[in-house]
Amino acid sequence: MTDESPAQATANQANLERAAADRAVAVDGLTKIYDRVRAVDGVSFDVRAGEIFGIIGSNGSGKTTTVECLQGLRRRDGGAVSVLGLDPGAQRDALRHRIGSQLQESALPERLKVWEALDLFAALSPRARDWRRLVEEWGLHEKRQAAFSDLSGGQRQRLFVALALVNDPEVVFLDEMTTGLDPSARHAAWDLVRQVRERGTTVVLVTHFMDEAEALCDRIAVFESGTIAAIDSPAALVARFADQSIVHFSHDGDDLPWLDGCPGVQSVARHGTRYTVTGEGPLLAYVGAALVTHGIAPLDLRGERATLEEAFLRITAKKAGAA
Amino acid sequence: MRGVQKLAWVEVKLFIREPIALVFAFAFPFFMLFVLAGVFGNDVDPADEENLRVWRGVGPSDYYVSTYVGLVMASAGLVTLPLRLAAYRDAGVLRRYRAAGVSVPVVLGAQVLVSLGMSVLAAAGIIVSSTLVYGTALPESWPLVIAGIGLGLLTFSCIGVLLGAILPSARAVQGAGLTLFFVMMMISGSGPPLEVLTSAMRAVSNAMPLTHLNLVVQDAWLGFGWSWAESLITLAFGAASGILAVRFFRWE
Repeated sequence: MTDESPAQATANQANLERAAADRAVAVDGLTKIYDRVRAVDGVSFDVRAGEIFGIIGSNGSGKTTTVECLQGLRRRDGGAVSVLGLDPGAQRDALRHRIGSQLQESALPERLKVWEALDLFAALSPRARDWRRLVEEWGLHEKRQAAFSDLSGGQRQRLFVALALVNDPEVVFLDEMTTGLDPSARHAAWDLVRQVRERGTTVVLVTHFMDEAEALCDRIAVFESGTIAAIDSPAALVARFADQSIVHFSHDGDDLPWLDGCPGVQSVARHGTRYTVTGEGPLLAYVGAALVTHGIAPLDLRGERATLEEAFLRITAKKAGAA
Repeated sequence: MRGVQKLAWVEVKLFIREPIALVFAFAFPFFMLFVLAGVFGNDVDPADEENLRVWRGVGPSDYYVSTYVGLVMASAGLVTLPLRLAAYRDAGVLRRYRAAGVSVPVVLGAQVLVSLGMSVLAAAGIIVSSTLVYGTALPESWPLVIAGIGLGLLTFSCIGVLLGAILPSARAVQGAGLTLFFVMMMISGSGPPLEVLTSAMRAVSNAMPLTHLNLVVQDAWLGFGWSWAESLITLAFGAASGILAVRFFRWE
């Protein structure tokens, strides 16, 4: 089912590992086939050491399959993959103690207590850090004697992230890390992920929360039907795919025909005293400058930028339209 | 190595916290012991040849006590061990262990260790209470009985891992494992004596590993020596299960 001969695959893998020495993760043409469906179809990307790299996409777009191949939990059907310079397929044993995994669908024995889980997973790793600190950091101290089955969804999720970090990994894979967390717990988790990165761990974050990807990630790969539709920093993705800006202000007086001539302005709408200017680029700066030049300084002048969510919807819609 | 020990110790604690597992390991064999010893007693009538043939020349309670030890191992191998493995797989626990770098031998080794420990405890409990309460005979040959128990533990551990590996879900294990357990409980020697089974029942009984294991342990217990034929058949069940289990083990 692969597109390449075994000899060629070996050569590709060796080339990739040589080329990827300074990168935490390098992926070239990764393919995974389930029942003749290409769940992941020739995906290529790099994750730089120390980066928070986001993977976003709709359900079934191949995100989880991709990170499972990176962790050696699934056998790839084609392409070359290097994680910390190792092939997760062939060198899983060497790799597994250097990476951390928070899996999307997993569980612990129901009657296992929080502290026992951390103690156990620390014992399973030759390079464990002090799990008692993780208990504090991830807000599990009060629940350390609680059984897994008695934890809420959010508490389970925090325990899984703590377990993924117990071996002090060089790369940690977080798959839907904040699913089930309430808003304050989500923001707390984001801060912790930033701290994890500051300690030097590379983070690969799978999520379908756009605000999370936008807040945390240095770069993002947008997955769509097993391929990467776009890959860039959140700001660049927004600029490229949803470069729409809106400026609002109020002005009581004559129409302002010169606004149409401002750089970037596409349309101006007026409802009573309220103006809505739509356009692209640094619209707020241009409109603000033009207003001030004409002696108008509205107190309620404000701009609205497109978010990653809009960029994501445009990227996936474009892809669907092209297909 | 620290990992295996830790995992095995955690599994012991989990086992003790799971009442249903304890009930299965301990309650059924003891229940059988008390019911059948109460019904049949342990008297032998030397003049009743038919009776001597059915009970192999010993009192009913002496006849049964070794089969309860077999029942302990069967309940661990047919129900407790596979149920735990399948439940772990269903819930994603095995997946979680795998991602943490736990290998198949460590996962299975920890489970089998716990299963062995509990079986040994339960078997010792059967021997002690049967001897103290009903005055049944202790083994004629301790070394052979211990060898037989070792063979049984090995065989039923392999069968347990196989059932846990091939059955699709914990629900399926409950169905298939419990059915096998009750069939063996009834016709492998701990229910009606083998001599009184109909020929059809006897044929089914012969297809059950517990029947052969019971004969091995019973022979050793009652001083009839070591049955090579029965022990090799038992071992064959264990080896075949072990090979298939390794072949078909699935993490998820």
